[in-house]
Amino acid sequence: MIKNFSTAKTQRRREKKRNLFMNLLKNPLRLCVFAVIFSFTAHAQIAVRGETVWTMAGEPISNGVVLLNKGKIEAVGSANQIKIPSNYRVISAKVVTPGLIDAHSVIGLAGHMNQPHEQMQIETSSPMQPELRAIDAYNPEEKLIEWVRSFGVTTVHTGHAPAALVSGQTMIVKTFGKTADEAAIVPMAMIAVTLGESSLAGSGKSPGTRAKQAAMLRAELIKAFEAVRKADSARTDRTNQNNANNRNAGNNPANNDNSPNVSNPNSMLNNPPTPNNQNAGNQTLTSALPATDLRGEMMQTVTRRRIPLLITAHRAQDIMTAIRLAKEFNIRIILDGASEAHLVLDEIKASGFPVIVHPTMYRAGGETENLSMENASKLKRAGISFDLQSGYETYVPKTRVVLFEAGAAAANGLSMRDALATITIDAARILGLDRRIGSLEKGKDADLAMYDGDPFEYTTHCTGTIINGQVVSEIVR
Amino acid sequence: MKGRIFCIFVFLAVSISAFGQQKPIAFVGARIIPVVGQPIENGILLIQNGKITAVGDARTVRLSSDVQTFDLQSKTIMPGLVDSHSHIGEGAGADGSSPIQPDVRLLDSLNPRASSLQRAQSGGITTVNVMPGSGHLNSGQTLYLKLRDDAKTVEDLLIYDKAGNYAGGIKFANGTNSLRSGGGNFPGSRSKSAALVREQFVKALDYRDKIRRAGKDVSKMPARDLALETLVEVLDGKRTVHFHTHRHDDIMTVLRLQKEFGFKVVLQHVSEAWKVADEIAKARVPSSIILIDSPGGKLETVDIKFENGAALEKSGALVGFHTDDYITDSRFFLRSAGLAVRSGMSREKALYGMTMANAMMLDLQNRVGSLEVGKDADFIVLSGEPLSVYTHVLQTWVEGKKVFDRSDAKDFLTAVGGFGASSDRFIHIDCFDDDLGGQK
Repeated sequence: MIKNFSTAKTQRRREKKRNLFMNLLKNPLRLCVFAVIFSFTAHAQIAVRGETVWTMAGEPISNGVVLLNKGKIEAVGSANQIKIPSNYRVISAKVVTPGLIDAHSVIGLAGHMNQPHEQMQIETSSPMQPELRAIDAYNPEEKLIEWVRSFGVTTVHTGHAPAALVSGQTMIVKTFGKTADEAAIVPMAMIAVTLGESSLAGSGKSPGTRAKQAAMLRAELIKAFEAVRKADSARTDRTNQNNANNRNAGNNPANNDNSPNVSNPNSMLNNPPTPNNQNAGNQTLTSALPATDLRGEMMQTVTRRRIPLLITAHRAQDIMTAIRLAKEFNIRIILDGASEAHLVLDEIKASGFPVIVHPTMYRAGGETENLSMENASKLKRAGISFDLQSGYETYVPKTRVVLFEAGAAAANGLSMRDALATITIDAARILGLDRRIGSLEKGKDADLAMYDGDPFEYTTHCTGTIINGQVVSEIVR
Repeated sequence: MKGRIFCIFVFLAVSISAFGQQKPIAFVGARIIPVVGQPIENGILLIQNGKITAVGDARTVRLSSDVQTFDLQSKTIMPGLVDSHSHIGEGAGADGSSPIQPDVRLLDSLNPRASSLQRAQSGGITTVNVMPGSGHLNSGQTLYLKLRDDAKTVEDLLIYDKAGNYAGGIKFANGTNSLRSGGGNFPGSRSKSAALVREQFVKALDYRDKIRRAGKDVSKMPARDLALETLVEVLDGKRTVHFHTHRHDDIMTVLRLQKEFGFKVVLQHVSEAWKVADEIAKARVPSSIILIDSPGGKLETVDIKFENGAALEKSGALVGFHTDDYITDSRFFLRSAGLAVRSGMSREKALYGMTMANAMMLDLQNRVGSLEVGKDADFIVLSGEPLSVYTHVLQTWVEGKKVFDRSDAKDFLTAVGGFGASSDRFIHIDCFDDDLGGQK
């Protein structure tokens, strides 16, 4: 799907360029302007020089250079080692880091105005809606995306909010792009599950208690397991029968390939019988197939371990419920929020599950009353894989900035490097994207952030942001 | 037996600390930022009986032989922070019955044992204007408090003048928070909001006239009206109006009302100050601003900028800061000044805004806001540069008593959080109350 899309995009760009070029030929003055603009914006080759370059793959380089070419990092090293080609645009900064990654947010779905028409992060008609896709709600023009981008944030894991038992899907985007499809790098990343007080339904509706939350989730996962079991046995039956048919009629077996395509969220599940499939009309066999309901399908992607549940759990007891469920069903989970992680460090460590911990400056109260600014440093010391997030805000401010949260973590027990890792390479690793983003290494996406001092200091400015080799923010903020 | 030992211990501790107030204490070796006057390297701060008795450099301040000395090498001392708008203490003002309730006092609502008060101490706040919310045109009387330790009653936190009156202001609001689409007696539009407020002030003028005309003739005195009585204090300049206002047009409405009735006013939040900074300066009205991590969260704040501090400073207006705690955490109050400097404000004016400017807005500039001889011994000890993310508040002192010490385990828990850190905490979200059906 991604591949198809980029082909379409390239084609569209080509067309646009061709039209523009034809117009320009008609007017020499315009051509001049065009030449200037073109040389500035469409500079595919950039050299970024930094007094300090935090590559997050080894020690920071002093007086370093990062060469960017065709959207990727071409070379990284010290100024002595790397010769900057003369045709490269040179940008200098005091401090250069990988583009920042916000491991959990709701921006793009939760608009900055906080008005009903742009609050798409939560749908209240039902407590369990895993079929809600983030990509169908993400607004790439939302002001808060531009806002976080201007502080160096280049990738955000966003989606449905931790405000219902199963609120919907999440996605991973670059903070730049005209459409949701263009911005998306993982259109369907996780399914958002929330345990504890913030996902209880009121007035006699379910879930009304914590135990009910777990029971509802277990019932849904059991249903998904059952459906998968039936589908697998149906496929075995069908394959056997098809093989028999193929022998008889010489059909192409490719038509019956039901193996899931992981890169496409819409085809992750068994394809329904196609018209070509000789068994399409066979009542006995189709009734053995899973019903093609969207909700069931999504839960099956979880039981098949194709995508993880992102389980927001603040109280220690809710964290333990999440781990209990994951073990029972052998599913992948990522713990989220985890205000009381510092109370159950050994248990989290033993579970092996990573944690996307609450923002360092998150407000304490209700189920987050026991959160600690030292949660991140305690997770680090315990050897647990974790990263930081900007979280979910329902009022003012409508979003936090993950750069500031990492700064506060650095002031509360994390080293500078470890704090920076929580919003770069460690975040990339937990999101499963560390081969593509999160550090400045040859071949990775050319996503960079630039600062005029220690990135965490209140008085330092972000001086520029680069995504896929393109300068996308030059506001000094 | 254990109990008895504990009692003795407590008795000793109390007597020592009480004695400590009598004895002069010198804080030596630190960099002192007095806010009024130039920073002093290797300075000495001398306090006694809860007051500052000397501030200066190590060569000029003489220490008597009975002085107790604390060595604060490599640390920074600055005045205790003054927060000109907060919601700590679990208080609530007006109820849903009407939009204007000047008779309601936060005094009758505040919980002096609330953990949020300790949290503010750990953020370096020593004086605070605690206000009711903004879901009303007028939600009642505010309280100016000193964050003293071990308060048993709200009275233990009050600031009294020589006549025995306690300090406080009054909260007004315009814009969308106090609008109600359902009608009733709440306003449905901005014009109506202003009209309702004007109507009350006109009544208060009339009430004051009646009292003046009656003179000493008790029979001619109007019946006592708690609401109008409070508004008369406002008209007489005895009670400052803290006016919650965000948008540029709402800010201008406040200035218009101020001109009409002549009350003392502080603009609170002032999200679009950068659009009308010159008008604010010309009206000689002070602003207390807030810095939030992103614009929006409601319609009126979509144009809020970190640059408000710089814009107001440039225009020559008096500018201070507030936490609006729970909106921003009191423990990160210094961060507000840091972000303002990030966006063009001078360090000097930003630190002035955290202390002296806020003190002036509360009419407490003669007691707090700077380190000057004769002022209250309210100060904080910082681990480094005040506007650095890595700096921590190490100690907070109020009137010569240490009320927060980061090296103390219980205080440390308050400062960074953890199990039990906010156990009696009540979440109060300012400016918007779902139960009252307010608009965002």
